[in-house]
Amino acid sequence: MQAIIRIENLSKSYADGFQALKNIDLDVFPGEIFALLGPNGAGKTTLINIVCGIVNPGSGRITVDGHDVVRDFRHTRSMIGLVPQELSTDMFETVWSTVSFSRGLFGYRASPQHIERLLRSLSLWDKKDNKIMTLSGGMKRRVLIAKALAHEPRILFLDEPTAGVDVELRKDMWKIVRDLRESGVTIILTTHYIEEAEQMADRVGVINHGEIIRVQEKHELMRELGRKQLVLHLHEPLARVPASLESFELELAASGARLVYTYETRAARTGITALLTELSEAGIRFHDVDTNESSLEEIFVGLVRQEASPDGRTGAGPTQ
Amino acid sequence: MRLNYHAISAIYRFEMARMRRTLFQSIATPVISTSLYFIVFGSAIGSRIAEIDGVSYGSFIVPGLIMLMLLTESISNASFGIHMPRFTGTIFELLSAPVSFVEVVTGYVGAAATKSMILGAIILATASLFVDISIAHPFWMLLFLVLISVSFSLFGFILGIWADGWEKLQIVPALIITPLAFLGGSFYSISMLPPTWQTVTLFNPVVYLISGFRWSFYENADVSVALSLSMTCIFLFICLVVVWWIFRTGYKLRT
Repeated sequence: MQAIIRIENLSKSYADGFQALKNIDLDVFPGEIFALLGPNGAGKTTLINIVCGIVNPGSGRITVDGHDVVRDFRHTRSMIGLVPQELSTDMFETVWSTVSFSRGLFGYRASPQHIERLLRSLSLWDKKDNKIMTLSGGMKRRVLIAKALAHEPRILFLDEPTAGVDVELRKDMWKIVRDLRESGVTIILTTHYIEEAEQMADRVGVINHGEIIRVQEKHELMRELGRKQLVLHLHEPLARVPASLESFELELAASGARLVYTYETRAARTGITALLTELSEAGIRFHDVDTNESSLEEIFVGLVRQEASPDGRTGAGPTQ
Repeated sequence: MRLNYHAISAIYRFEMARMRRTLFQSIATPVISTSLYFIVFGSAIGSRIAEIDGVSYGSFIVPGLIMLMLLTESISNASFGIHMPRFTGTIFELLSAPVSFVEVVTGYVGAAATKSMILGAIILATASLFVDISIAHPFWMLLFLVLISVSFSLFGFILGIWADGWEKLQIVPALIITPLAFLGGSFYSISMLPPTWQTVTLFNPVVYLISGFRWSFYENADVSVALSLSMTCIFLFICLVVVWWIFRTGYKLRT
């Protein structure tokens, strides 16, 4: 499939010498939800801002729909909508006028029907004549989405769309994003809430220190790097793991009352049967069993730690 | 190059809507201050000053007063227009839109210059309540009005991008433009000055603007009309080059 956004060998350094992006290569495909994850200062917003034209690119090349974002900026920018991280709005304007302004700015003829449909879909219709300064933070976030969608873009960048938004509104936002994807819009999402990416993304990119360290289909990533844990609730707490069970690399938890066995989900043989046999032979009895699976958050933390640690060890195991 | 006319229209209408929202301060303030100038300079002081080149003092100061207001309002409107989105952070939308500097400048500067010209017309109408006014060359008067409004709106636009805060935004009009306008012959003919000061005054660019504009009213000029027009066009050209450079390099706009 032809990428709708292609980033090739992109680097960006600031005047103070800080290198925000290092040789980024990335393809985003039409109709997908791509989540860009990374810790603070990793380069997520710089990358988005370069694609959107807010930050001057350094070296490298970016194309949108096959067009260069610098040379053919009119074509590429008209295809893109951006919801920024900050709640930057024209506070003295009404919802209707600011959304209409955005449509005109992006070169589209006024369309009251489209603006009405948009405001209704974002539950903003009742607020259309309200000044933005009178709206709550969540409503302002919706206004920013409406502004970004006013010119019917094919690509939508959402930079931390649910930052500072309550749980209920966050779920509303997720629904809005899914609906947009259903309508064919390609969505690139940055977020600190890994749960958000886990819920919505088709593919995940992890960026750290200005470098893309992993790009993978979400389920594949979770399958590959995910770990499962078998937790045995013991009848009698153990002081230490018996020597006969050392090969299983078991851990003791809850002051010896639980025995934790971590195994790879992709492995052909998980070793569970052998472990249970050995436990029986060692006379260790248990009264309950739990299993836990790594969340995307744990995988993400593991990837970032792995990149930071000199020996490259990963730590993507599920939390207890 | 295919221009984004919808964007020009959107920016222009957005800026004009701001003027309508602040109608009282946009119009009443300059009208009141101009009326005060007429009372102080025209009536109180003007009654003690003889005619200048056959024009009563009250009538003589009208072009200078319009020019004083035109310069300060053009700068103020345009600088505020572009500085506000930088201050609130909404500039991201302008930078990510499919527009070049041509559309952005036409929208912002066009709106700022329109506001100034509307105010110029209002002040002219206000002045006509106090003194007799005749316009010898209406075409040239309009041309000077448009050129000067656009030039100083461009200058204000540059100022709005350069300034890091509201204080800097006020410094240039208050500490540079107003003194230059006062010392550039708004209220007197430079021929009334001693020869040395006449020479010094010729280094003040505002002299050429006021002189040309006053000539279009009363056919009296301190310097030749061609020189006035040339100076105005040169200033306009310099401002255009600076704005083009700002957008080309992203100075204070794009990191």
